[in-house]
Amino acid sequence: MLLSVENLGVKIGAVQPLEGIGFALDRGEILGLVGESGSGKSLTALACMGLLGLIGGQRLGTVAFDGVVQDEAGLARLRGRKIALITQNPMTALDPVQRVGEQIAVVARLHLGTTPAAARARTLDLMTQLRIPEAAAVADSYPHQLSGGMKQRIVIAMALAGEPELIIADEPTTALDVTVQAQIVQILGQLVRQRGLGLVLITHDMGVVAQVCDRVAVLYAGRLAETREVGDLFSAPRHPYSAALIACIPREGMAPGSLTGIPGAVPSVALYPPGCRFHPRCPRADALCATTPPPQGAFACHHPLEVPHG
Amino acid sequence: MLDYLVRRVLLLLPVFLAVSVVIFLILHLIPGDPIDNLLKVGSGPEARAKIAAKYGLDQPLPVQYGIWLWGVLQGDLGTSIITRRPVAVMIGQVIGPSLALGGMALAISSLGGIVLGAVAASFRDRWPDQLIMGGVLLGSTLPSFWLGLLLILGFSVELGWFPVSGARGWASLVLPVATIAFGGIALVTRVTRVAMIEAASRDFVLLLHAKGLPPRRIRLAHVLRHALMPVVTILALRIGWVLGGAVTVEYVFARPGLGSLLIKSLSQHDYPVVQACLLMLAIAVMLGTLLGDITQALMDPRVRSALR
Ligand SMILES: Nc1ncnc2c1ncn2[C@@H]1O[C@H](COP(=O)(O)OP(=O)(O)O)[C@@H](O)[C@H]1O
Ligand SMILES: [Mg+2]
Repeated sequence: MLLSVENLGVKIGAVQPLEGIGFALDRGEILGLVGESGSGKSLTALACMGLLGLIGGQRLGTVAFDGVVQDEAGLARLRGRKIALITQNPMTALDPVQRVGEQIAVVARLHLGTTPAAARARTLDLMTQLRIPEAAAVADSYPHQLSGGMKQRIVIAMALAGEPELIIADEPTTALDVTVQAQIVQILGQLVRQRGLGLVLITHDMGVVAQVCDRVAVLYAGRLAETREVGDLFSAPRHPYSAALIACIPREGMAPGSLTGIPGAVPSVALYPPGCRFHPRCPRADALCATTPPPQGAFACHHPLEVPHG
Repeated sequence: MLDYLVRRVLLLLPVFLAVSVVIFLILHLIPGDPIDNLLKVGSGPEARAKIAAKYGLDQPLPVQYGIWLWGVLQGDLGTSIITRRPVAVMIGQVIGPSLALGGMALAISSLGGIVLGAVAASFRDRWPDQLIMGGVLLGSTLPSFWLGLLLILGFSVELGWFPVSGARGWASLVLPVATIAFGGIALVTRVTRVAMIEAASRDFVLLLHAKGLPPRRIRLAHVLRHALMPVVTILALRIGWVLGGAVTVEYVFARPGLGSLLIKSLSQHDYPVVQACLLMLAIAVMLGTLLGDITQALMDPRVRSALR
């Protein structure tokens, strides 16, 4: 396994916004990490990168890369080299006072030990592969001179520059135009197939998940709700939350953003309810759900949906 | 960029003219007549008219302004009404000590403040930060006259290391510079620390860490560089202030300086001298903002693009 995460949790001061997360990912695979805003997707990403220190958080549980369990120092050595991160907002992801080509090249110089000239050549090569027209001119631009989609390609090039084996992409398309979104998702999918990378694709867009992911982990309020092969999840969701998310995929004739079936919002850390955290919003909840956390497994639910026959 | 420089400097001309009008007008519209200081007790209206004519004070205001400005542009700042010496000479005598004091203090404040602010931000909420911020609190609350007197007592009277007063030689600069720089370092430290903490929380810094750059390099090459932008703005604004605002320190150390000259000539209603002092300060402020703007443009490509 390229990445395997067991019982992963996050503590920030006195609160524990994330707990009991586990999933595994192999080369050439795309794992979707889905859930509404505030369900703990970004914290999971930071924890896997060993970056919780930046927000004053502490990691619980284990993260193993290529079969080797890593402590924070180990993850620090892998960052940028074996594990790369793509963040949500390309508008703020680049240093505004540095030319974008240099921001890509520095990764190659740092991790591959290439000469500045070779790093520059590699930068232009990567940019061309990501279908950036006039790569040399773009490389000499500053971030504010580029469009959002172009900036996200730069961020992706930055992630690829150290020849990583695993990419964690935290909502890489949320901040972009719909047309650009599709291109970026396509680019990421191609990278995985062509280079045999592992990709953790964080999104709250079930449509994207259906399109490119192999497996899906559904998060709700800092816990795993369901982990399934993508086909199984869409044909037979077992957790009511997964079912509701699937029902939310915008189809023609639906108002965008309307969440049929899930009124309410994800509670914040301080307001996590006892028992199953989804029970206040769940149509199937009963007294048991309000008091007892559901058993862990492929789906964490006391009253899972039935598997349809045929 | 060169284009911008030329335009930015040309833009200073109308500003300079406006400032000169204001300086000229303020002094002629505030109450108090300098002729009163010159007249012997009991002299008649003829004597008054004669003196007014001698200094051009009987002309209409616009004419007076024109004469004054024409002189200023040729380096003739007029003649002091009280001392009857050329104002340019009086300014020339104080501008050197003022520049030395202000320049040294500003340089030390910048350097010390940026280093201390960066250290404090790196050790946020741990003992080095608390120690530095304790010093900052002291530096921003201690009145400079009191600090000056303390330094004189300690280093001049007790230890005899530096002269008590005067403006002769480098040794006489040490204590006044220290007095001003203490407050300056406190200000710059505070601004640098806050700016660094703010910059460190930006999104792109997270990604720099994700790229695997060494934390020290991120702090110095990226976070500090961004934090310096607000610091540069503050420092540029301080250039004018440091030149004229050192009055108390000049007084405590009995140093000649622009600030002291301004205060003294104000109390004597010595128009030409006051005007010249104010003009010097205005020029210092204008050059300060010019320097600040140019530095900003050099540091930030977004500023440069906005200029096109
Ligand atoms: N720095 C932090 N301090 C305290 N709580 C946090 C912090 N960051 C995130 N959280 C909490 O953790 C939960 C999950 O956040 P996040 O991982 O950002 O969700 P997502 O990325 O799925 O939208 C939220 O309830 C949020 O309030
Ligand atoms: Mg998020």
